[in-house]
Amino acid sequence: MTPDMIYGAAGIAVFGIGLVGALCAQDRLRRVLALKLCSVGAGFLLLVGAWREPPGTPDPVPHALVITGIVVMVSATAVALALIRRLHSLEAEDER
Amino acid sequence: MSVDLSPVMLSIFLPLFGAIVAFMLPRAAGAIGLATLALTTGAVIALARDVLINGAAILPLGGWGAPLGIDLRADGLSVAMLGLSCAVGLLVSLSALSSLRGPEDARQRQYFWPLWLLLLTGMNGVYLSTDIFNLYVMIEVIALAAVGLTVLSGTTAAVRAGLEYMYASILGALLFLMGVGFIYLQLGRLDFAGLAEAEPTGALIAAIALMFVGLALKTALFPLHFWLPAAHANASAPASALLSGLVVKAALYIVLRLAQHMPFPSETFLTLVGVMGAGAVIWGSIQALRAERLKLLVAWSTVAQIGLIFVAFARAGEQGLSESWKAAALLILAHGVAKAAMFLAAGRIKDEIGHDVIRDLDRAPIRPTLAQFTFALAAISLIGLPPSLGFIGKWALMEGAMAAGYWHWVGVTMAGTLLSVAYFSRVFAGFLRFDRVRAPVGEHQGWALADAAPLTLAMMAIALGLMAAPLLGFLEIGYALGEAK
Repeated sequence: MTPDMIYGAAGIAVFGIGLVGALCAQDRLRRVLALKLCSVGAGFLLLVGAWREPPGTPDPVPHALVITGIVVMVSATAVALALIRRLHSLEAEDER
Repeated sequence: MSVDLSPVMLSIFLPLFGAIVAFMLPRAAGAIGLATLALTTGAVIALARDVLINGAAILPLGGWGAPLGIDLRADGLSVAMLGLSCAVGLLVSLSALSSLRGPEDARQRQYFWPLWLLLLTGMNGVYLSTDIFNLYVMIEVIALAAVGLTVLSGTTAAVRAGLEYMYASILGALLFLMGVGFIYLQLGRLDFAGLAEAEPTGALIAAIALMFVGLALKTALFPLHFWLPAAHANASAPASALLSGLVVKAALYIVLRLAQHMPFPSETFLTLVGVMGAGAVIWGSIQALRAERLKLLVAWSTVAQIGLIFVAFARAGEQGLSESWKAAALLILAHGVAKAAMFLAAGRIKDEIGHDVIRDLDRAPIRPTLAQFTFALAAISLIGLPPSLGFIGKWALMEGAMAAGYWHWVGVTMAGTLLSVAYFSRVFAGFLRFDRVRAPVGEHQGWALADAAPLTLAMMAIALGLMAAPLLGFLEIGYALGEAK
């Protein structure tokens, strides 16, 4: 069992936990967090794939992909959180 | 280095700059939006001429070239999709100008234009990309803009549907990203040409399957369609037309491209895609039959029609895939034009009558005749009656399936057609019955300039069927990726 296998399996596990949460969680905020977990798992996997046995140097392209993915995810999370807040206040208004 | 202002660049960057300017100058947003669309349409027309004369155009960004850099490439299919987004976009924009006119729509008017232009940027980017990571970024741009358009009306139902759409969209994008990552780790490159050369190994098929599931979530293929009906039915009319007519087509286009260039997984995979499509046709039609509101019926019919496009992929098995994509492309174009017309017409009917409960359509003393006529014309193309483009698409689907001896796909298409006649007839009955009206009927009420745009779109859906042969010829330009270079 090489280190990259262990890290790779961990990445898949994190993605899987996030996936279950995203599909099964009831609470809106929990679902956003679960999706974040998914993205961490996916990024983790890509970074592990870029790893090379020293003295080899890691492949920089997956790093670039992960950074772009993080940026995209930050904006998507911001939109989701804004929608959750808006929905919260709309529902509070409807109840009154 | 000089900046190369080719039409390929312009058709992505014009809408992007338009979106920024429209956001900064909200009062002039409508004028800026229309001007940007007109210019972008001009760029696309120039590009179409170029492709028609010289064949596929390739633009290496920054002069780097694939596999290290990113290439933009315009072939017949790309230009046809660009043309779809510009033509439908221009007419929906005209209709948005008149439907978002009131003082209570000021907020919607302010944000509609930047979001819509951003959406156009993303879609044009998808249609010109040849790099799967670039595609990932572009579908995220589309998703953010599309969610914004979904919640634009600001009602609780719309925001709730938009949030659900956001969840589905993020998850779909992440699955797609995982697939992209796996492909890079195996092949070391991300451009289409690299994919086309690859050997179909088990790991590569797993990566493609991940990407496919992500795209299926984004394009709402049964059983991953759960977010679509609420999102499309609760958005305001121009937004629904854009979402249903154009947005789902971007993910479908990527599936089409992958089917063209990827080492194809297997017959089983393709059959599975067809079965999911068949499920969508049946389930979407049943839900459309049960829908109580007009816009919800139209949204469910989108689910069924998308399923039919996937049936077109699978219609002749692995051997027939080199022809099947054309049937799928025709159906995509037909659905894009007709569904946008139908959503705009449904929005007009709702505005004039004041509600869109299908059961009470025949009680209304007001009959927006022109909008109803538009709805019927769009339905003709969606059902697939000759000579509409929808008919040509369905004919291509069934012809290929029959030639390959895959009669079950013919059966599914027939069943889908009959069901669509059934659910659209519910609406027509409401249009044509007058015996439940209590007040005197004003026969020609509700004609307005706002009907012009949807009517033009619906007539386009019919007329394009008459131009199917040149259209098919155009789609094939630059199809063979490897040989075109």
